[in-house]
Amino acid sequence: MIKSILGRILFTSINNSTTITKTSRTLSHFAFKPDTAAVSDGDTTRMNLFQAINNALEIALVSDPKAVIFGEDVSFGGVFRCTVNLQDKFGKDRIFNTPLCEQGIVGFGIGLAAAGATAIAEIQFADYIFPAFDQIVNEAAKFRYRSGNQFDCGGLTIRAPCGAVGHGALYHSQSVESYFAHCPGIKIVIPRGPIQAKGLLLSCIRDQNPCIFFEPKILYRLAVEQVPVKDYMLPLSKAEVLVEGDDVTLIGWGTQVHVLHEVCEMARDQLNTSCELIDLATIMPWDRETVINSVKKTGRAIVAHEAPLTAGFGAEIAATLQKECFLHLEAPILRVAGYDTPFPHVFEPFYLPDKWKCFEAIKKSINY
Amino acid sequence: MKMFKLCRNILINGSKFRILPTSNLGISINSDRIHQTFNSSFMTTIRRQTFCAESHHHQSKSEQTLLHELPNVSTIDNVAEFPGAKSKFVTDLHFFDPDDFENIPVYRVMNRNGQVLDEKQDPNLDKELMTKIYKGMTILNSMDRVLYESQRQGRISFYMTNYGEEGTHFGSAAAISNDDLAFGQYREAGVLIWRGFEIDKLMAQCYGNSEDLHKGRSMPVHYGTKDHCFVSISSPLSTQMPQAVGAAYAFKRQNQQRIVICYFGEGAASEGDFHAAMNFAATLSAPVIFFCRNNGYAISTPTHEQYRGDGIVCRGPAYGIPSIRVDGNDVLAVYNATLAAKKICLEQSRPVLIEAMTYRIGHHSTSDDSSAYRSVDEVRSWDEKDHPITRFRKYLEQKQWWDDDLEKSWKNESKRLVMTAFVKAEKLPKPNYMEMFEDVYDKMPESLIEQAQELKQHLKMYGGNYPISNFKQD
Repeated sequence: MIKSILGRILFTSINNSTTITKTSRTLSHFAFKPDTAAVSDGDTTRMNLFQAINNALEIALVSDPKAVIFGEDVSFGGVFRCTVNLQDKFGKDRIFNTPLCEQGIVGFGIGLAAAGATAIAEIQFADYIFPAFDQIVNEAAKFRYRSGNQFDCGGLTIRAPCGAVGHGALYHSQSVESYFAHCPGIKIVIPRGPIQAKGLLLSCIRDQNPCIFFEPKILYRLAVEQVPVKDYMLPLSKAEVLVEGDDVTLIGWGTQVHVLHEVCEMARDQLNTSCELIDLATIMPWDRETVINSVKKTGRAIVAHEAPLTAGFGAEIAATLQKECFLHLEAPILRVAGYDTPFPHVFEPFYLPDKWKCFEAIKKSINY
Repeated sequence: MKMFKLCRNILINGSKFRILPTSNLGISINSDRIHQTFNSSFMTTIRRQTFCAESHHHQSKSEQTLLHELPNVSTIDNVAEFPGAKSKFVTDLHFFDPDDFENIPVYRVMNRNGQVLDEKQDPNLDKELMTKIYKGMTILNSMDRVLYESQRQGRISFYMTNYGEEGTHFGSAAAISNDDLAFGQYREAGVLIWRGFEIDKLMAQCYGNSEDLHKGRSMPVHYGTKDHCFVSISSPLSTQMPQAVGAAYAFKRQNQQRIVICYFGEGAASEGDFHAAMNFAATLSAPVIFFCRNNGYAISTPTHEQYRGDGIVCRGPAYGIPSIRVDGNDVLAVYNATLAAKKICLEQSRPVLIEAMTYRIGHHSTSDDSSAYRSVDEVRSWDEKDHPITRFRKYLEQKQWWDDDLEKSWKNESKRLVMTAFVKAEKLPKPNYMEMFEDVYDKMPESLIEQAQELKQHLKMYGGNYPISNFKQD
């Protein structure tokens, strides 16, 4: 009797808490803006981000018998479903769980790649990539250079979910790209939606350099597009101008691109300001040319990212623009970023560089 | 079985281990079955045998009385079915103390006088192979002396000798094929010499000259050669270990019948990557030989500050890895163990751990004066009484494959080879400084092309302040 009463209380409280969580989850800080595939891309099918990644992985495995996928819990499909059904299709020796050890996962991947395999490693959350920092920075990135190009681990790709997710707090929210941007020898890529994710991931897997592919986890289910069915690759180190404009250049990547997209519309409607929106997509080596050309045209630049401000990748972009576009700049380059704090739990709505903060930056820039 | 008796005697004569009175309950298990289950693990076997040895007296009686006294306890209740381990229940509260175990013995083939102790263990290799091993060990020794001195004179920036560990290099390298991929730490130059990597090239690397395959980018002794299947050395310790496992897994998938050998010191075994590698290799069934050079020191740190268990070898069974400890100053023992390890790797598709016990006779490196933390007498004792080269020479002399005359002429010959390479290495220019920008990626990114151009421009104006003439111009 006591048990059943307790159970009922527990059930009710769980139910209540679920409702609360659900409400807060739907209050995402951005509106996903789907892309449209070109007609020339052929047949398309409706996919969310995790399905597009799953599809890219499947294509990579079909086209390359040396490709293997491994990490924590990838066998049953992954905690985000990105590797679902792959083990059934390709076998246990190609899709397999590893022990729970990130430094082992990356070290193991480097060895596979050095021996000629295509290694696709998964780190369960970007927040947990740090135990592998040594293997990535001291080993993977320097493998080719230090051996005089005798050995390389170019066949290695590391995938990791990144970014804010509404309630991920300190260790399920981080954007860690700038830690790696300071390390010559690796490529860092972050897609903004399913079409890019598929094309960029296939490029990373086939690129002859170690790549880290960060997947904005909030988009896994939320971002849905008509994704081309065919095997296609999108170029790395190539930024994309999503909205053309004349007054201010907005630069972002991952989820933040969608925040900025909305801000473009707000600026147009409320400030009569024409913004040019750039998705950087590849953090390193980044497409300086596209960004510089845009800022030379607009004379104003705002970089926005979820990661903390200080020494975030926005600093690198701002410094480069200052050097290359000095005579064209009509206002200081502004950075809208996460604060220099750890990523908080209940304060997430106040922490993020949301559309209102970005909108205010545009106002400051044009009124300078 | 010998070990069994030994342990039993230790037990009966009052070891720390004792069985509590309540143990009758826990001991109502079939000892034979335990022997079978755990026989694969040497360490566990010792433990279990001691355990059963003591319990044997009570067993048959206690098993019967137990069932009579406690009719509700069926034998099935004694099988622990947790997913995490296959095991039995016991009711004696006993912590498995490391002191309960005999230390794992050191396998040796010959004694310090080069006499084979058990004829069956003599690998009976032919004269040619044996003299090749000896010549390799000694030329490495000559090269070490020249390059060590070279560093002392400021001709190269850094060096690490291999004194006292030559046996581990050549014994292991000779037992596997030259296309088995080797991952090293930094004190394994003998493996390269065994595989025919020229002394010229080793010196080129130390000098970072235009013939250095690494284009002068790494510190001295960071060798590597694709042609000889030896992965370029990097300074961070143990990073090569999980990498070796990945490479072995790739070989297994490619059905190559190749294995990977991964060398590391006992200090490096304290790194997290050691743990990662051992666990990954076991769970993913990778054909890799982990070869530990336990030379007693990690720079100044003696082993008792490095670990408290029975060295490195005892960790192997804990990961489910067949493991052996060998006398690292006994080339034949190292050879036999490595040969057998490769067989296990290939036939059973699993890793093997070899711990070669040896002594670091030289300083840690040219940046280290080891007399600051260990006595000169201790070093001299190993150099004089138990040196792998001396011991192997005695063995060869007994076989009448070597004598003083041969020694004298080889000494002259090897000295000449080393000095010729040395002179050549020193004369060659360094690579073109623009090599600094290559190979960061497969193709040079725009930003790097720009930086390379900046340096070129800079040197046009300020070249006189840089050592340009030491570098190749083309």
